Amino acid sequence: MEKGTSSPKTRSISYAKWGYIFILPFFIVYAIFTLYPQLLTVYNSFFEYYRDGLTVVGPNFVGLANYKALFTANSAGYVPIFKFLGNTIWLWVIGALPQFTIAMLLALFFTSTRLNIKGQQFFKTVIYMPNLIMASAFAMLFFALFSQVGPVNQLLVSSGITQQPINFLGMRIYVQSLIGLMNFLMWFGNTTILLMAGIQGIDESLFESARLDGSTSTQVFFNITMPLLMPIFIYVFITSMIGGIQMFDVPQVLTNGHGIPDNTSTTLIMYLNNFLGISKNYGMAGAVSMLLFVITAVLSTFVFKTINKK
Amino acid sequence: MKKDANQSAKIKLFISRLVVYAILIFLSFLCLFFFYLMIINSSRSNAQLKTGFTIIPGGNFLKNLYNAWHDGDINIPVGMKNSFIIAMCSAILTTYFSAMTAYGTYVYDFKYKKFVHLFILAIMMIPSQVSAVGFIQLAFKYNLTNKLWMLIIPSIAAPAVYFYMRQYLEATLPLEMVEAARIDGSNEFKIFNQIVLPIMKPAIAVQMIFSFVGSWNNYFMPSLLLNKADKKTVPIMIATLRSADYSKFDMGKVYMLMLMAILPVMVIYIILSKSIIKGVTSGSVKG
Repeated sequence: MEKGTSSPKTRSISYAKWGYIFILPFFIVYAIFTLYPQLLTVYNSFFEYYRDGLTVVGPNFVGLANYKALFTANSAGYVPIFKFLGNTIWLWVIGALPQFTIAMLLALFFTSTRLNIKGQQFFKTVIYMPNLIMASAFAMLFFALFSQVGPVNQLLVSSGITQQPINFLGMRIYVQSLIGLMNFLMWFGNTTILLMAGIQGIDESLFESARLDGSTSTQVFFNITMPLLMPIFIYVFITSMIGGIQMFDVPQVLTNGHGIPDNTSTTLIMYLNNFLGISKNYGMAGAVSMLLFVITAVLSTFVFKTINKK
Repeated sequence: MKKDANQSAKIKLFISRLVVYAILIFLSFLCLFFFYLMIINSSRSNAQLKTGFTIIPGGNFLKNLYNAWHDGDINIPVGMKNSFIIAMCSAILTTYFSAMTAYGTYVYDFKYKKFVHLFILAIMMIPSQVSAVGFIQLAFKYNLTNKLWMLIIPSIAAPAVYFYMRQYLEATLPLEMVEAARIDGSNEFKIFNQIVLPIMKPAIAVQMIFSFVGSWNNYFMPSLLLNKADKKTVPIMIATLRSADYSKFDMGKVYMLMLMAILPVMVIYIILSKSIIKGVTSGSVKG
Protein backbone atom coordinates (compact mmCIF):
# COMPACT_ATOMS: atom_id res chain seq x y z
CA MET A 1 0.00 0.00 0.00
CA GLU A 2 2.75 2.45 0.88
CA LYS A 3 4.17 3.17 -2.51
CA GLY A 4 6.54 5.81 -1.16
CA THR A 5 9.32 3.26 -0.65
CA SER A 6 9.30 1.97 -4.21
CA SER A 7 11.76 4.41 -5.71
CA PRO A 8 15.32 4.06 -4.44
CA LYS A 9 16.29 7.51 -5.68
CA THR A 10 14.23 9.32 -3.08
CA ARG A 11 16.06 7.55 -0.28
CA SER A 12 19.15 9.71 -0.72
CA ILE A 13 17.47 12.76 0.84
CA SER A 14 15.24 12.20 3.83
CA TYR A 15 11.91 13.93 3.53
CA ALA A 16 10.64 12.52 6.83
CA LYS A 17 10.59 15.88 8.57
CA TRP A 18 8.21 17.20 5.91
CA GLY A 19 5.80 14.43 6.79
CA TYR A 20 5.68 15.72 10.35
CA ILE A 21 5.35 19.33 9.20
CA PHE A 22 2.39 18.50 6.96
CA ILE A 23 0.47 16.63 9.65
CA LEU A 24 1.33 19.14 12.38
CA PRO A 25 -1.63 21.57 11.99
CA PHE A 26 -4.10 18.70 12.19
CA PHE A 27 -2.63 17.39 15.41
CA ILE A 28 -2.21 20.77 17.10
CA VAL A 29 -5.86 21.63 16.46
CA TYR A 30 -6.98 18.11 17.35
CA ALA A 31 -5.10 18.22 20.66
CA ILE A 32 -6.46 21.62 21.71
CA PHE A 33 -10.03 21.53 20.41
CA THR A 34 -10.93 17.85 20.57
CA LEU A 35 -8.60 15.67 22.60
CA TYR A 36 -8.15 18.00 25.56
CA PRO A 37 -11.92 18.69 25.84
CA GLN A 38 -12.54 14.94 25.57
CA LEU A 39 -10.15 14.18 28.40
CA LEU A 40 -11.74 16.97 30.40
CA THR A 41 -15.12 15.36 29.77
CA VAL A 42 -13.90 12.06 31.18
CA TYR A 43 -12.30 13.87 34.13
CA ASN A 44 -15.52 15.81 34.83
CA SER A 45 -17.55 12.65 34.97
CA PHE A 46 -15.89 11.78 38.30
CA PHE A 47 -16.65 15.14 39.88
CA GLU A 48 -19.62 16.87 41.42
CA TYR A 49 -19.58 20.10 39.46
CA TYR A 50 -22.63 22.18 38.64
CA ARG A 51 -24.18 25.58 38.98
CA ASP A 52 -27.01 26.25 41.38
CA GLY A 53 -28.34 29.73 40.76
CA LEU A 54 -25.32 32.00 41.02
CA THR A 55 -23.18 29.64 43.08
CA VAL A 56 -20.94 27.01 41.58
CA VAL A 57 -20.91 23.68 43.40
CA GLY A 58 -17.64 21.78 43.17
CA PRO A 59 -15.61 20.47 41.57
CA ASN A 60 -15.55 17.77 44.26
CA PHE A 61 -14.28 14.31 43.52
CA VAL A 62 -17.16 11.86 43.89
CA GLY A 63 -15.84 8.74 42.20
CA LEU A 64 -18.54 6.89 40.33
CA ALA A 65 -21.44 8.72 41.96
CA ASN A 66 -22.44 10.45 38.71
CA TYR A 67 -22.60 7.13 36.90
CA LYS A 68 -24.65 5.69 39.74
CA ALA A 69 -27.02 8.66 39.54
CA LEU A 70 -27.24 8.16 35.81
CA PHE A 71 -28.50 4.60 36.04
CA THR A 72 -30.72 4.79 39.10
CA ALA A 73 -33.67 6.91 40.14
CA ASN A 74 -32.68 9.01 43.14
CA SER A 75 -33.51 11.90 45.39
CA ALA A 76 -32.11 14.50 42.99
CA GLY A 77 -34.98 13.64 40.68
CA TYR A 78 -32.97 11.96 37.97
CA VAL A 79 -34.81 9.54 35.75
CA PRO A 80 -32.66 6.48 35.00
CA ILE A 81 -30.94 7.02 31.68
CA PHE A 82 -32.38 3.78 30.27
CA LYS A 83 -35.51 5.73 29.51
CA PHE A 84 -33.65 8.17 27.24
CA LEU A 85 -31.53 5.44 25.74
CA GLY A 86 -34.74 3.52 25.03
CA ASN A 87 -36.38 6.60 23.51
CA THR A 88 -33.38 7.21 21.28
CA ILE A 89 -33.24 3.62 20.04
CA TRP A 90 -37.01 3.48 19.52
CA LEU A 91 -37.07 6.79 17.61
CA TRP A 92 -34.24 5.54 15.45
CA VAL A 93 -35.96 2.19 14.80
CA ILE A 94 -39.27 3.65 13.66
CA GLY A 95 -37.44 5.81 11.13
CA ALA A 96 -34.84 3.23 10.12
CA LEU A 97 -37.23 0.33 9.45
CA PRO A 98 -39.09 2.05 6.60
CA GLN A 99 -35.84 3.77 5.60
CA PHE A 100 -33.96 0.53 4.98
CA THR A 101 -36.94 -1.33 3.51
CA ILE A 102 -37.75 1.40 1.01
CA ALA A 103 -34.08 2.11 0.26
CA MET A 104 -33.40 -1.57 -0.44
CA LEU A 105 -36.40 -1.74 -2.77
CA LEU A 106 -35.41 1.44 -4.60
CA ALA A 107 -31.80 0.30 -4.92
CA LEU A 108 -33.04 -2.94 -6.51
CA PHE A 109 -35.39 -1.04 -8.83
CA PHE A 110 -32.66 1.35 -9.96
CA THR A 111 -30.11 -1.39 -10.63
CA SER A 112 -32.51 -3.79 -12.35
CA THR A 113 -31.60 -4.16 -16.01
CA ARG A 114 -34.98 -5.80 -16.60
CA LEU A 115 -36.95 -2.80 -15.32
CA ASN A 116 -34.55 -0.31 -16.92
CA ILE A 117 -35.88 2.67 -14.97
CA LYS A 118 -35.67 6.00 -16.78
CA GLY A 119 -35.09 9.35 -15.10
CA GLN A 120 -32.91 7.88 -12.35
CA GLN A 121 -30.88 11.06 -11.97
CA PHE A 122 -34.06 13.03 -11.36
CA PHE A 123 -35.44 10.57 -8.80
CA LYS A 124 -32.13 10.34 -6.98
CA THR A 125 -31.81 14.12 -6.89
CA VAL A 126 -35.29 14.50 -5.41
CA ILE A 127 -35.09 11.75 -2.79
CA TYR A 128 -31.66 12.85 -1.60
CA MET A 129 -32.70 16.47 -1.20
CA PRO A 130 -34.29 16.25 2.30
CA ASN A 131 -30.92 15.06 3.62
CA LEU A 132 -29.44 18.52 3.03
CA ILE A 133 -32.29 20.46 4.58
CA MET A 134 -31.56 22.13 7.89
CA ALA A 135 -33.01 19.66 10.39
CA SER A 136 -34.13 22.38 12.78
CA ALA A 137 -36.03 24.17 9.98
CA PHE A 138 -37.57 20.88 8.87
CA ALA A 139 -38.74 20.19 12.43
CA MET A 140 -40.07 23.75 12.74
CA LEU A 141 -41.99 23.27 9.49
CA PHE A 142 -43.59 20.10 10.85
CA PHE A 143 -44.44 21.92 14.04
CA ALA A 144 -46.10 24.74 12.08
CA LEU A 145 -48.06 22.25 9.98
CA PHE A 146 -49.18 19.99 12.84
CA SER A 147 -49.73 22.51 15.65
CA GLN A 148 -53.19 22.98 17.16
CA VAL A 149 -53.91 25.91 14.86
CA GLY A 150 -51.91 24.52 11.94
CA PRO A 151 -53.24 23.69 8.48
CA VAL A 152 -53.42 19.93 9.10
CA ASN A 153 -55.84 20.43 11.96
CA GLN A 154 -57.83 22.98 9.98
CA LEU A 155 -58.20 20.44 7.21
CA LEU A 156 -59.25 17.70 9.63
CA VAL A 157 -61.87 19.88 11.29
CA SER A 158 -63.23 21.56 8.18
CA SER A 159 -63.57 18.26 6.35
CA GLY A 160 -65.42 16.85 9.34
CA ILE A 161 -62.97 14.01 10.02
CA THR A 162 -62.60 15.23 13.60
CA GLN A 163 -64.75 17.55 15.71
CA GLN A 164 -61.87 19.07 17.67
CA PRO A 165 -58.34 19.79 16.50
CA ILE A 166 -56.00 16.93 17.40
CA ASN A 167 -53.22 17.80 19.82
CA PHE A 168 -50.53 16.14 17.69
CA LEU A 169 -47.71 17.51 19.83
CA GLY A 170 -49.27 16.39 23.08
CA MET A 171 -49.65 12.72 22.27
CA ARG A 172 -46.80 10.28 22.32
CA ILE A 173 -47.85 8.27 19.30
CA TYR A 174 -48.09 11.36 17.08
CA VAL A 175 -44.88 13.01 18.28
CA GLN A 176 -42.90 9.81 17.83
CA SER A 177 -44.49 9.12 14.44
CA LEU A 178 -43.65 12.63 13.24
CA ILE A 179 -40.03 12.24 14.35
CA GLY A 180 -39.88 8.84 12.65
CA LEU A 181 -41.39 10.26 9.47
CA MET A 182 -38.93 13.14 9.39
CA ASN A 183 -35.95 10.88 9.95
CA PHE A 184 -37.23 8.55 7.26
CA LEU A 185 -37.65 11.40 4.77
CA MET A 186 -34.22 12.81 5.57
CA TRP A 187 -32.32 9.54 5.25
CA PHE A 188 -33.95 7.08 2.84
CA GLY A 189 -32.49 8.81 -0.22
CA ASN A 190 -29.00 8.72 1.21
CA THR A 191 -29.37 5.01 2.07
CA THR A 192 -30.75 4.25 -1.39
CA ILE A 193 -27.72 5.80 -3.06
CA LEU A 194 -25.27 3.92 -0.81
CA LEU A 195 -26.97 0.53 -1.24
CA MET A 196 -27.25 1.12 -4.96
CA ALA A 197 -23.52 1.72 -5.22
CA GLY A 198 -23.06 -1.54 -3.30
CA ILE A 199 -25.22 -3.52 -5.69
CA GLN A 200 -23.48 -1.98 -8.68
CA GLY A 201 -20.19 -3.17 -7.22
CA ILE A 202 -21.28 -6.80 -7.53
CA ASP A 203 -19.86 -8.63 -10.53
CA GLU A 204 -22.46 -8.40 -13.31
CA SER A 205 -21.60 -11.85 -14.68
CA LEU A 206 -22.95 -13.47 -11.49
CA PHE A 207 -26.41 -12.09 -12.22
CA GLU A 208 -26.04 -13.08 -15.85
CA SER A 209 -25.25 -16.72 -15.15
CA ALA A 210 -27.98 -16.96 -12.51
CA ARG A 211 -30.48 -15.75 -15.08
CA LEU A 212 -29.25 -18.31 -17.59
CA ASP A 213 -29.70 -21.00 -14.94
CA GLY A 214 -33.33 -19.91 -14.74
CA SER A 215 -33.23 -18.45 -11.20
CA THR A 216 -36.16 -16.25 -10.22
CA SER A 217 -35.48 -12.71 -9.09
CA THR A 218 -36.29 -13.71 -5.48
CA GLN A 219 -33.67 -16.46 -5.68
CA VAL A 220 -31.15 -14.04 -7.16
CA PHE A 221 -31.84 -11.57 -4.36
CA PHE A 222 -31.40 -14.07 -1.51
CA ASN A 223 -28.60 -16.16 -3.00
CA ILE A 224 -26.48 -13.55 -4.77
CA THR A 225 -27.39 -9.91 -4.12
CA MET A 226 -27.91 -10.02 -0.36
CA PRO A 227 -24.90 -12.19 0.63
CA LEU A 228 -22.54 -10.10 -1.51
CA LEU A 229 -24.09 -6.84 -0.39
CA MET A 230 -23.91 -7.84 3.29
CA PRO A 231 -20.63 -6.04 4.23
CA ILE A 232 -21.88 -2.77 2.74
CA PHE A 233 -25.35 -3.27 4.14
CA ILE A 234 -23.92 -3.76 7.64
CA TYR A 235 -21.67 -0.73 7.19
CA VAL A 236 -24.58 1.49 6.16
CA PHE A 237 -26.82 0.03 8.86
CA ILE A 238 -24.39 0.58 11.72
CA THR A 239 -23.40 4.03 10.49
CA SER A 240 -27.09 4.85 10.57
CA MET A 241 -27.26 3.51 14.13
CA ILE A 242 -24.32 5.69 15.16
CA GLY A 243 -26.12 8.66 13.63
CA GLY A 244 -29.33 7.63 15.37
CA ILE A 245 -27.71 7.52 18.78
CA GLN A 246 -26.73 11.18 18.20
CA MET A 247 -30.28 12.21 17.24
CA PHE A 248 -30.93 15.72 18.47
CA ASP A 249 -32.08 18.54 16.16
CA VAL A 250 -35.41 17.11 15.04
CA PRO A 251 -36.87 16.06 18.44
CA GLN A 252 -35.28 19.07 20.17
CA VAL A 253 -36.93 21.64 17.92
CA LEU A 254 -40.18 19.75 17.40
CA THR A 255 -40.77 19.41 21.15
CA ASN A 256 -39.08 22.69 22.09
CA GLY A 257 -36.46 20.75 24.05
CA HIS A 258 -38.97 19.21 26.44
CA GLY A 259 -39.33 15.78 24.83
CA ILE A 260 -43.09 16.13 25.18
CA PRO A 261 -45.18 14.42 26.30
CA ASP A 262 -43.63 13.37 29.60
CA ASN A 263 -40.07 12.91 28.26
CA THR A 264 -41.16 10.20 25.84
CA SER A 265 -39.25 11.84 23.01
CA THR A 266 -36.20 13.01 24.96
CA THR A 267 -33.11 11.53 23.32
CA LEU A 268 -29.69 10.97 24.88
CA ILE A 269 -28.25 14.13 23.37
CA MET A 270 -31.29 16.17 24.45
CA TYR A 271 -30.65 14.87 27.97
CA LEU A 272 -26.98 15.84 27.64
CA ASN A 273 -28.00 19.24 26.30
CA ASN A 274 -30.14 19.88 29.39
CA PHE A 275 -27.11 19.40 31.62
CA LEU A 276 -25.12 21.88 29.52
CA GLY A 277 -27.80 24.55 29.73
CA ILE A 278 -28.22 26.86 32.70
CA SER A 279 -27.24 24.23 35.29
CA LYS A 280 -23.84 23.64 33.62
CA ASN A 281 -23.76 20.24 35.30
CA TYR A 282 -20.39 19.18 33.88
CA GLY A 283 -20.25 16.14 36.14
CA MET A 284 -23.47 14.53 34.96
CA ALA A 285 -22.94 15.73 31.38
CA GLY A 286 -19.52 14.05 31.45
CA ALA A 287 -21.08 10.77 32.55
CA VAL A 288 -23.71 10.92 29.78
CA SER A 289 -20.95 11.61 27.24
CA MET A 290 -18.97 8.61 28.44
CA LEU A 291 -21.97 6.35 27.94
CA LEU A 292 -22.38 7.82 24.46
CA PHE A 293 -18.70 7.18 23.78
CA VAL A 294 -18.87 3.54 24.87
CA ILE A 295 -21.94 2.83 22.72
CA THR A 296 -20.36 4.43 19.66
CA ALA A 297 -17.06 2.66 20.25
CA VAL A 298 -18.79 -0.74 20.33
CA LEU A 299 -20.74 0.03 17.16
CA SER A 300 -17.65 1.38 15.40
CA THR A 301 -15.74 -1.80 16.16
CA PHE A 302 -18.38 -3.67 14.18
CA VAL A 303 -17.94 -1.26 11.29
CA PHE A 304 -14.18 -1.73 11.20
CA LYS A 305 -14.57 -5.49 11.42
CA THR A 306 -16.89 -5.60 8.42
CA ILE A 307 -14.62 -3.31 6.45
CA ASN A 308 -11.56 -5.43 7.21
CA LYS A 309 -13.34 -8.67 6.37
CA LYS A 310 -13.83 -7.28 2.90
CA MET B 1 -47.42 -21.45 -26.95
CA LYS B 2 -44.10 -19.64 -26.95
CA LYS B 3 -45.67 -16.49 -28.26
CA ASP B 4 -48.21 -16.59 -25.41
CA ALA B 5 -45.47 -16.94 -22.81
CA ASN B 6 -43.64 -14.05 -24.39
CA GLN B 7 -46.81 -12.00 -24.37
CA SER B 8 -47.52 -12.63 -20.68
CA ALA B 9 -43.91 -11.86 -19.76
CA LYS B 10 -44.26 -8.54 -21.52
CA ILE B 11 -47.48 -7.74 -19.68
CA LYS B 12 -45.84 -8.71 -16.40
CA LEU B 13 -42.91 -6.41 -17.10
CA PHE B 14 -45.25 -3.60 -18.05
CA ILE B 15 -47.18 -3.96 -14.79
CA SER B 16 -44.03 -4.12 -12.66
CA ARG B 17 -42.73 -1.01 -14.36
CA LEU B 18 -46.01 0.75 -13.72
CA VAL B 19 -45.90 -0.15 -10.02
CA VAL B 20 -42.25 0.90 -9.68
CA TYR B 21 -42.82 4.26 -11.34
CA ALA B 22 -45.89 4.82 -9.15
CA ILE B 23 -43.80 4.17 -6.02
CA LEU B 24 -41.00 6.46 -7.25
CA ILE B 25 -43.40 9.24 -8.11
CA PHE B 26 -45.16 8.91 -4.76
CA LEU B 27 -41.88 9.13 -2.82
CA SER B 28 -40.68 12.06 -4.92
CA PHE B 29 -43.98 13.78 -4.28
CA LEU B 30 -43.54 13.19 -0.53
CA CYS B 31 -40.06 14.72 -0.61
CA LEU B 32 -41.10 17.75 -2.60
CA PHE B 33 -44.52 18.32 -1.03
CA PHE B 34 -43.29 19.79 2.28
CA PHE B 35 -40.94 22.20 0.58
CA TYR B 36 -43.53 23.19 -1.93
CA LEU B 37 -45.85 23.89 0.99
CA MET B 38 -43.16 25.97 2.68
CA ILE B 39 -42.69 28.08 -0.45
CA ILE B 40 -46.44 28.51 -1.00
CA ASN B 41 -47.05 29.41 2.62
CA SER B 42 -44.22 31.93 2.60
CA SER B 43 -46.17 33.86 -0.01
CA ARG B 44 -49.41 34.02 1.98
CA SER B 45 -50.59 36.50 4.58
CA ASN B 46 -51.33 35.48 8.15
CA ALA B 47 -55.08 35.74 7.48
CA GLN B 48 -54.80 33.58 4.36
CA LEU B 49 -52.79 31.00 6.30
CA LYS B 50 -55.56 30.70 8.86
CA THR B 51 -57.81 29.33 6.12
CA GLY B 52 -55.78 26.13 5.67
CA PHE B 53 -54.06 24.44 2.74
CA THR B 54 -53.85 25.67 -0.79
CA ILE B 55 -51.62 24.87 -3.71
CA ILE B 56 -51.73 28.33 -5.25
CA PRO B 57 -49.33 31.01 -3.99
CA GLY B 58 -50.75 34.08 -2.24
CA GLY B 59 -49.64 37.60 -3.13
CA ASN B 60 -47.69 38.35 0.01
CA PHE B 61 -44.27 37.03 -0.89
CA LEU B 62 -42.47 40.37 -0.99
CA LYS B 63 -44.28 41.69 2.06
CA ASN B 64 -43.34 38.58 4.05
CA LEU B 65 -39.78 38.86 2.79
CA TYR B 66 -39.63 42.48 3.95
CA ASN B 67 -41.14 41.61 7.35
CA ALA B 68 -38.84 38.64 7.88
CA TRP B 69 -35.77 40.64 6.91
CA HIS B 70 -36.67 43.50 9.27
CA ASP B 71 -38.01 41.47 12.19
CA GLY B 72 -37.23 43.04 15.57
CA ASP B 73 -36.56 39.81 17.47
CA ILE B 74 -35.00 37.59 14.88
CA ASN B 75 -32.24 39.33 13.00
CA ILE B 76 -32.04 36.94 10.07
CA PRO B 77 -29.60 39.02 7.96
CA VAL B 78 -27.09 38.89 10.83
CA GLY B 79 -27.84 35.19 11.35
CA MET B 80 -27.22 34.45 7.70
CA LYS B 81 -24.03 36.48 7.76
CA ASN B 82 -22.73 34.60 10.83
CA SER B 83 -23.73 31.24 9.39
CA PHE B 84 -22.08 32.11 6.11
CA ILE B 85 -18.82 33.19 7.76
CA ILE B 86 -18.64 30.01 9.82
CA ALA B 87 -19.64 27.70 6.97
CA MET B 88 -17.37 29.28 4.36
CA CYS B 89 -14.27 29.52 6.57
CA SER B 90 -14.80 25.99 7.89
CA ALA B 91 -15.19 24.63 4.36
CA ILE B 92 -11.94 26.24 3.23
CA LEU B 93 -9.92 25.27 6.31
CA THR B 94 -11.22 21.72 6.56
CA THR B 95 -10.49 20.88 2.92
CA TYR B 96 -7.10 22.60 2.77
CA PHE B 97 -5.73 21.10 5.97
CA SER B 98 -7.26 17.67 5.42
CA ALA B 99 -5.65 17.56 2.00
CA MET B 100 -2.40 18.65 3.60
CA THR B 101 -2.57 15.97 6.30
CA ALA B 102 -3.50 13.29 3.78
CA TYR B 103 -0.59 14.37 1.58
CA GLY B 104 1.69 14.20 4.61
CA THR B 105 0.85 10.59 5.44
CA TYR B 106 0.72 9.50 1.80
CA VAL B 107 3.82 10.97 0.22
CA TYR B 108 6.33 11.02 3.06
CA ASP B 109 7.94 8.15 4.91
CA PHE B 110 8.34 8.68 8.58
CA LYS B 111 8.51 6.42 11.55
CA TYR B 112 4.96 6.77 12.85
CA LYS B 113 3.29 7.17 9.48
CA LYS B 114 1.19 4.01 9.74
CA PHE B 115 0.26 4.71 13.33
CA VAL B 116 -0.83 8.26 12.46
CA HIS B 117 -3.05 7.00 9.67
CA LEU B 118 -4.69 4.36 11.87
CA PHE B 119 -5.06 6.83 14.74
CA ILE B 120 -7.00 9.27 12.56
CA LEU B 121 -9.24 6.44 11.34
CA ALA B 122 -9.88 5.35 14.91
CA ILE B 123 -10.93 8.80 16.11
CA MET B 124 -13.20 9.26 13.10
CA MET B 125 -16.17 7.59 14.74
CA ILE B 126 -16.05 9.44 18.08
CA PRO B 127 -19.12 11.67 18.12
CA SER B 128 -18.42 15.38 18.41
CA GLN B 129 -20.78 15.53 21.39
CA VAL B 130 -18.26 13.60 23.48
CA SER B 131 -15.87 16.55 23.45
CA ALA B 132 -18.74 19.03 23.85
CA VAL B 133 -18.78 18.98 27.66
CA GLY B 134 -15.10 19.85 27.99
CA PHE B 135 -15.28 22.27 25.08
CA ILE B 136 -18.15 24.21 26.61
CA GLN B 137 -16.46 24.22 30.00
CA LEU B 138 -13.27 25.67 28.50
CA ALA B 139 -15.19 28.20 26.43
CA PHE B 140 -16.97 29.55 29.51
CA LYS B 141 -13.83 29.42 31.64
CA TYR B 142 -11.71 31.42 29.19
CA ASN B 143 -14.49 33.73 28.05
CA LEU B 144 -14.54 32.33 24.54
CA THR B 145 -18.29 32.07 24.07
CA ASN B 146 -19.84 34.14 21.28
CA LYS B 147 -16.66 33.86 19.22
CA LEU B 148 -17.30 32.60 15.71
CA TRP B 149 -13.73 31.33 15.29
CA MET B 150 -14.38 28.81 18.07
CA LEU B 151 -16.66 27.05 15.60
CA ILE B 152 -14.28 27.51 12.65
CA ILE B 153 -10.81 26.49 13.86
CA PRO B 154 -11.76 22.96 15.05
CA SER B 155 -12.68 22.09 11.45
CA ILE B 156 -8.94 21.92 10.65
CA ALA B 157 -8.87 18.50 12.33
CA ALA B 158 -11.58 16.58 10.45
CA PRO B 159 -10.83 12.84 10.35
CA ALA B 160 -13.60 11.99 7.85
CA VAL B 161 -12.42 14.60 5.36
CA TYR B 162 -8.83 13.41 5.83
CA PHE B 163 -9.96 9.87 5.05
CA TYR B 164 -11.67 10.98 1.85
CA MET B 165 -8.67 13.04 0.71
CA ARG B 166 -6.28 10.21 1.45
CA GLN B 167 -8.31 7.81 -0.68
CA TYR B 168 -8.46 10.36 -3.45
CA LEU B 169 -4.69 10.85 -3.37
CA GLU B 170 -4.07 7.10 -3.47
CA ALA B 171 -6.22 6.88 -6.58
CA THR B 172 -4.99 9.93 -8.47
CA LEU B 173 -1.53 11.12 -7.47
CA PRO B 174 1.44 9.32 -9.02
CA LEU B 175 4.43 9.70 -6.71
CA GLU B 176 6.69 10.07 -9.75
CA MET B 177 5.04 13.43 -10.27
CA VAL B 178 6.21 14.62 -6.84
CA GLU B 179 9.71 13.35 -7.56
CA ALA B 180 9.81 15.06 -10.93
CA ALA B 181 8.82 18.35 -9.31
CA ARG B 182 11.59 17.92 -6.74
CA ILE B 183 14.14 17.42 -9.51
CA ASP B 184 12.85 20.67 -10.99
CA GLY B 185 13.85 22.27 -7.71
CA SER B 186 10.44 23.02 -6.21
CA ASN B 187 10.25 23.01 -2.45
CA GLU B 188 7.79 20.77 -0.64
CA PHE B 189 5.15 23.43 0.10
CA LYS B 190 5.28 24.69 -3.44
CA ILE B 191 4.77 21.16 -4.75
CA PHE B 192 1.75 20.70 -2.52
CA ASN B 193 0.17 24.08 -3.26
CA GLN B 194 0.90 24.34 -6.96
CA ILE B 195 0.92 20.76 -8.21
CA VAL B 196 -1.01 18.56 -5.80
CA LEU B 197 -3.88 20.90 -4.85
CA PRO B 198 -4.93 21.45 -8.49
CA ILE B 199 -5.04 17.67 -8.96
CA MET B 200 -7.25 17.40 -5.89
CA LYS B 201 -9.72 20.05 -7.05
CA PRO B 202 -12.66 17.62 -7.57
CA ALA B 203 -12.21 16.10 -4.11
CA ILE B 204 -11.85 19.54 -2.52
CA ALA B 205 -14.99 20.79 -4.26
CA VAL B 206 -17.09 17.85 -3.05
CA GLN B 207 -15.85 18.10 0.52
CA MET B 208 -16.27 21.87 0.55
CA ILE B 209 -19.92 21.45 -0.35
CA PHE B 210 -20.55 18.82 2.32
CA SER B 211 -18.65 20.81 4.91
CA PHE B 212 -20.49 24.02 4.05
CA VAL B 213 -23.88 22.31 4.26
CA GLY B 214 -22.92 20.59 7.52
CA SER B 215 -21.87 23.85 9.20
CA TRP B 216 -24.79 25.81 7.80
CA ASN B 217 -27.24 23.31 9.31
CA ASN B 218 -25.31 22.67 12.53
CA TYR B 219 -27.37 23.37 15.61
CA PHE B 220 -26.00 21.56 18.69
CA MET B 221 -22.62 23.20 19.30
CA PRO B 222 -23.49 26.74 18.12
CA SER B 223 -26.59 26.79 20.33
CA LEU B 224 -24.45 26.05 23.38
CA LEU B 225 -21.75 28.54 22.46
CA LEU B 226 -23.55 31.52 20.96
CA ASN B 227 -26.10 33.38 23.04
CA LYS B 228 -25.62 37.02 22.03
CA ALA B 229 -28.17 38.22 19.49
CA ASP B 230 -25.56 39.48 17.05
CA LYS B 231 -23.61 36.21 17.12
CA LYS B 232 -26.42 33.71 16.63
CA THR B 233 -26.55 31.50 13.55
CA VAL B 234 -29.58 30.64 11.43
CA PRO B 235 -30.49 27.26 13.05
CA ILE B 236 -30.50 28.89 16.51
CA MET B 237 -32.85 31.58 15.24
CA ILE B 238 -35.14 29.01 13.63
CA ALA B 239 -35.24 27.05 16.88
CA THR B 240 -36.25 30.17 18.84
CA LEU B 241 -39.28 30.46 16.55
CA ARG B 242 -40.51 27.29 18.17
CA SER B 243 -40.64 28.84 21.61
CA ALA B 244 -42.39 31.99 20.39
CA ASP B 245 -46.08 32.39 21.03
CA TYR B 246 -47.17 31.22 17.60
CA SER B 247 -50.83 32.17 18.09
CA LYS B 248 -49.78 35.82 17.99
CA PHE B 249 -47.12 35.32 15.35
CA ASP B 250 -47.37 36.28 11.72
CA MET B 251 -47.12 32.79 10.27
CA GLY B 252 -46.33 34.13 6.80
CA LYS B 253 -43.16 35.55 8.25
CA VAL B 254 -42.37 32.27 10.03
CA TYR B 255 -42.58 30.30 6.77
CA MET B 256 -40.49 32.96 5.06
CA LEU B 257 -37.78 32.67 7.73
CA MET B 258 -37.70 28.90 7.26
CA LEU B 259 -37.45 29.33 3.52
CA MET B 260 -34.54 31.74 3.95
CA ALA B 261 -32.83 29.26 6.26
CA ILE B 262 -32.82 26.47 3.71
CA LEU B 263 -32.52 28.52 0.52
CA PRO B 264 -28.71 28.84 0.27
CA VAL B 265 -28.26 25.08 0.55
CA MET B 266 -31.09 24.48 -1.91
CA VAL B 267 -29.50 26.79 -4.47
CA ILE B 268 -26.18 24.98 -4.09
CA TYR B 269 -27.96 21.63 -4.44
CA ILE B 270 -29.90 22.59 -7.55
CA ILE B 271 -26.70 23.74 -9.25
CA LEU B 272 -24.41 20.92 -8.09
CA SER B 273 -26.76 17.98 -7.41
CA LYS B 274 -24.92 15.67 -9.79
CA SER B 275 -21.54 15.97 -8.13
CA ILE B 276 -23.11 16.00 -4.65
CA ILE B 277 -24.85 12.66 -5.30
CA LYS B 278 -21.62 11.25 -6.71
CA GLY B 279 -19.84 12.45 -3.58
CA VAL B 280 -22.26 10.55 -1.33
CA THR B 281 -20.88 7.21 -2.47
CA SER B 282 -17.26 7.92 -3.24
CA GLY B 283 -15.02 7.52 -0.25
CA SER B 284 -17.63 6.39 2.21
CA VAL B 285 -18.27 2.78 1.26
CA LYS B 286 -14.97 1.71 -0.17
CA GLY B 287 -13.32 1.37 3.23
